[in-house]
Amino acid sequence: MTETSMTGAPAGRVDEVQSAYMQMTRRKRMYSGIMLVVFIALMASGFIVADDRNAGGFWDGITNIFTFPGEVLSEAGEKIALLPALMWEFLPSLIETINIAAASTLLGAILAIVISLLSTRGLARWPRLIPLFRRLMDIMRAIPEIVIALVLIFILGGGPVPAMIAIALHTVGALGKLFSEVNENASLNPVEGLQSAGASWSQRMWLGIMPQVAPNYLSYALLRFEINIRASAILGFVGSGGIGYDLKNAFSWGQGRYDEVAAIFLLLFGTIVFFDQLSGYYRNKLIGEG
Amino acid sequence: MLNIEDLTKRFGRNTAVDAVSFEVVKPAMVGIIGASGAGKSTLLRMMNRLSDASSGRIVFEGREITALKGAAKRAWQSECAMIFQQFNLVPRMDVVSNVLHGTLNRRSTLATMFNLYPDADINHAIGILDRLGIAEHAPKRAEALSGGQQQRVAIARALMQDPKVVLADEPIASLDPMNAQLVMEDLRRIHEEDGRTVIANLHTLDTARRYCERVIGMREGRIVFDGTPEQLTTGAARDIYGADASFSEDSTSTSIETLDRGQLRALREAEAAV
Repeated sequence: MTETSMTGAPAGRVDEVQSAYMQMTRRKRMYSGIMLVVFIALMASGFIVADDRNAGGFWDGITNIFTFPGEVLSEAGEKIALLPALMWEFLPSLIETINIAAASTLLGAILAIVISLLSTRGLARWPRLIPLFRRLMDIMRAIPEIVIALVLIFILGGGPVPAMIAIALHTVGALGKLFSEVNENASLNPVEGLQSAGASWSQRMWLGIMPQVAPNYLSYALLRFEINIRASAILGFVGSGGIGYDLKNAFSWGQGRYDEVAAIFLLLFGTIVFFDQLSGYYRNKLIGEG
Repeated sequence: MLNIEDLTKRFGRNTAVDAVSFEVVKPAMVGIIGASGAGKSTLLRMMNRLSDASSGRIVFEGREITALKGAAKRAWQSECAMIFQQFNLVPRMDVVSNVLHGTLNRRSTLATMFNLYPDADINHAIGILDRLGIAEHAPKRAEALSGGQQQRVAIARALMQDPKVVLADEPIASLDPMNAQLVMEDLRRIHEEDGRTVIANLHTLDTARRYCERVIGMREGRIVFDGTPEQLTTGAARDIYGADASFSEDSTSTSIETLDRGQLRALREAEAAV
């Protein structure tokens, strides 16, 4: 019995296998070598182009890179006693920023769930329309939030609502793509089981897919929430209110207001850390239950 | 050679392995049996240093394994190969690359990142695959192979490490009877021909009886039996599994040859009754 299990191919065949494998390995190594050379060439040429186009030149500018942050820090350091008061002062605009982010994430995530299900192979309600929904998401991702926000501010006037709509649109595109990748990994067996019981498409999705994908959805949505907090702060620069507006004022008037800049950055940093911890906690809890 | 002294592993309030001591004096084929949750896997994982012991010592040829850290610990792991129930290969890499992973401890990280191995190693890997009868699958992806073939790739990876000890954690639990037999015969041959110590967790009694020269029985983290297959009577087996008289090892056997062993069973039943 031992002989039958352990005798391999005759000696000639092993050599064959060995030489064939060595040939394959050499070919693979050659390809990776060529790839490496191309990669290095692209990196080098790209860097040279960028350096040429750069107004002051990269190597001249790099020595000044810490000057501005240094200025901000030193000025903030002098007025460190004022920081807590300033942070308290900016709290209402921070809450406005978080509000914009939360509303847009919620709205965007709900729409993303629908559009992701419609664009996942095997789950879609109308399989022929999958490319349409995919392109729709591509468009929503392709247009920068700030462009949508500028157009909407022009139409609707300044304020938090245009910012919210702009961020929500981008969120639908970004989350829809991630959600549909999660959907692809979901097992179809429960869906088939529900279908055999005569369930409608919405029932199949809600009861067959959602329980499987909910923890991953939540985790992506919370990540998107963090990104949206930052995005809504940036949109303040173009006039949609919130803490971004204050940051722009503190920055552009320059003279002696760097302590406000520091206070706003600290607030934003603290907010991101807070929501990261919170989302980690709830994600673990949800996965633990599942 | 291999000395285990009062080895204990606690998870919170549970004690998975409870003051286990045994000694392997010369290269042997040892089977560890016991119910699920008896601590067999935990024991093997501690021996490979995949997990740390709560207390107690493992000593191999004068070296205290449980005290090793960093590079010394990884060097021990390369001397002490491990085979898993679910094979634990890298599914998307080809079979030879998977076997070459056995040499990782000797190679630099950079070279292995780009999958660069010496030609001698590659030929040696294919030689090992040939010894196990799966050389023709060398260029295939590991995931394209059947379970039995994958387990033999895992054995080839273990042999590539040129280990002194091979630990096998339920190596045949996910295999059909025919492949289970092939894998167990490979393990037996590794012991007989290469003189390596093989320690295998097994979930069927008849496999332990047939391939091992020494059987250790565990129950609730403790060793309750340690002897030759001949000493492992049905009564002893009932003790190990905490079973009553309705327990019969043939009813769960996966061996192809069990069918005509009714006589032997009758004999053992009689022994147990005495």
